Amino acid sequence: MMKIDKLDLQIGRRKLLDGLNLALEPGQCWLVVGRNGAGKSTLLRAMAGLRRPDGGSVAIDGRAVGDWPLAELARARAYLPQGRSDAFSYTVREAVLTARHPYHESSYWESDADQAAAQDAMDRLDVAHLAERDLRSLSGGERQRVAIAAVLAQDTRLLLLDEPANALDLAHQVAIGTLMRRLCGMGKTVVLVSHDLNLAHDVASHALLLLDDGQWQAGPVADVMQAPLLSRCLGHAVEAIRHGTRTIFLPITSEVA
Amino acid sequence: MPELGIATGSRPGVRQKAGLTLPLLLALALTAVLLSGAVGSVALAPAELFGGLRALLHGDSGSLAATLLQLRLVRAATAFAVGATLSLAGAMMQALLRNPLAEPYVLGISGGASVGALLAILLVSAAWMVDAAAFAGALAVALLLFVLAYRDLRGGMVEGNTSLLLLTGVIVAAGCGALITLMLSVAPEGRLRGMVFWLIGDLSTAQWRALPFVILALALAFAWRAARAVNVLALHGDHAGALGVPVARLRQALFFCAALLTASAVSTAGSIGFVGLIVPHACRFAFGPDHRLLFPSSALAGGSFLVLADTLARCVLAPQQLPVGVITALIGVPIFLLQLHHIHRR
Repeated sequence: MMKIDKLDLQIGRRKLLDGLNLALEPGQCWLVVGRNGAGKSTLLRAMAGLRRPDGGSVAIDGRAVGDWPLAELARARAYLPQGRSDAFSYTVREAVLTARHPYHESSYWESDADQAAAQDAMDRLDVAHLAERDLRSLSGGERQRVAIAAVLAQDTRLLLLDEPANALDLAHQVAIGTLMRRLCGMGKTVVLVSHDLNLAHDVASHALLLLDDGQWQAGPVADVMQAPLLSRCLGHAVEAIRHGTRTIFLPITSEVA
Repeated sequence: MPELGIATGSRPGVRQKAGLTLPLLLALALTAVLLSGAVGSVALAPAELFGGLRALLHGDSGSLAATLLQLRLVRAATAFAVGATLSLAGAMMQALLRNPLAEPYVLGISGGASVGALLAILLVSAAWMVDAAAFAGALAVALLLFVLAYRDLRGGMVEGNTSLLLLTGVIVAAGCGALITLMLSVAPEGRLRGMVFWLIGDLSTAQWRALPFVILALALAFAWRAARAVNVLALHGDHAGALGVPVARLRQALFFCAALLTASAVSTAGSIGFVGLIVPHACRFAFGPDHRLLFPSSALAGGSFLVLADTLARCVLAPQQLPVGVITALIGVPIFLLQLHHIHRR
């Protein structure tokens, strides 16, 4: 559904990505791994059509994201940014409802269907009990779940999530993982940036590693998420340990005297 | 948050709230205008008030009541338009800058108007030229800001925020302040009083004019169309683009609409303070931050507030008239402090 062709990204003179080629299909869950400042968020914004590529193209259904009408694009892909700042005291319900904006530009109020979609998304993210709370009174993790609920309410085929498990407690991290697996099972495409290799490994079907100098490595998780490659990608030695059916990644620590 | 003992079901949505709030505010506005027609140095009893109204409607302004009423109603209508205009401009500025403490004057647009108006008072004395110069000064500053802070108003594909616009505006406002002080210090005694009254904001010379109403109506129409997208912008800032909102176009439209409103209000009645800050703030406090309700309710409440404040300005030391800007500041400051106190207690 999304095709990335010879994509170049740079900030100032620094090259973040050099000639990225990627094809994302329905039902796939892509994990993007890289160091701080490697360009993960920039890549996600370029995929969302919120940043112009410095070379190459990003296309959904064969049409470059920059050529899509904004509202139509907003019905095709959702984007969860990393940081949030709330200037006004909207309620949780109001915040989730704004995600329905692309569906009814011509009407003044939301329809019952929008209300139902928002309620459903809040239920799934376990924030329904917070529905009438002021956004600014929420904890970091609660706010993060509300933001993910809004992304769900947007009801798109492609979800671009920048560190969705950030600030979540263990139970909700696992719940998010389950949710993403279910979304992919429904035929949606998910791209997530995460620093939690273990959680992401359980969820992702494919991985994209951002290396130095704009180089990259992409493929199915089993091929790409190997200890040597990950060590090079993250700039620190990583060990992969088999535990039953799962693989656990651990940073190798040198003994401190 | 206090739940006010509502235990059952979901709370009423914004739509239901709007259906209840807006008619009430409309009734308040009409009451305020009628009240302002009745009171003053010569009070009119209800019978005289309605008799005068009937006479005016039949085009007969011969009687004392009708003449008095006509004068007062023109002034009240102008006050309503100016108050509504300033409040709507404030609500738009706050959404644009994503800052609930912004107000129509924060970017120096009223400063530009003041420079234009004072220059006109210094050099010529025709009232319409003062108004025109104020309007021109405000729009000149708006254009200057647009050029200097274009990066913020472009938005869209580039990450940014509106801090450049805010900082540029604050500095331009300071520059206008210096020019105003300069003109006040070189002005001859005879013109000083007029200049100071203009700066405080004064409705005593109000004449019937259609332009402020036309501009207000156009801005309300824009607000009606844009309110939903403004909600998305207020919530998500630059990321509003991900929900299909044309961020750059919406920011520019909000900026020019707020600038035009400010120019219209200030060139009609001088720079009346606090209305554009406290009314949207109070409405958000009372009815929530949804701009679909906030825009129209701010306009109605702001209009009513200024009509009442101006009535007070006419009556409190009658027959002497105070500039209405004094009243709005005297009422505005304690109300605002009280609100801040409330918010922090929650």
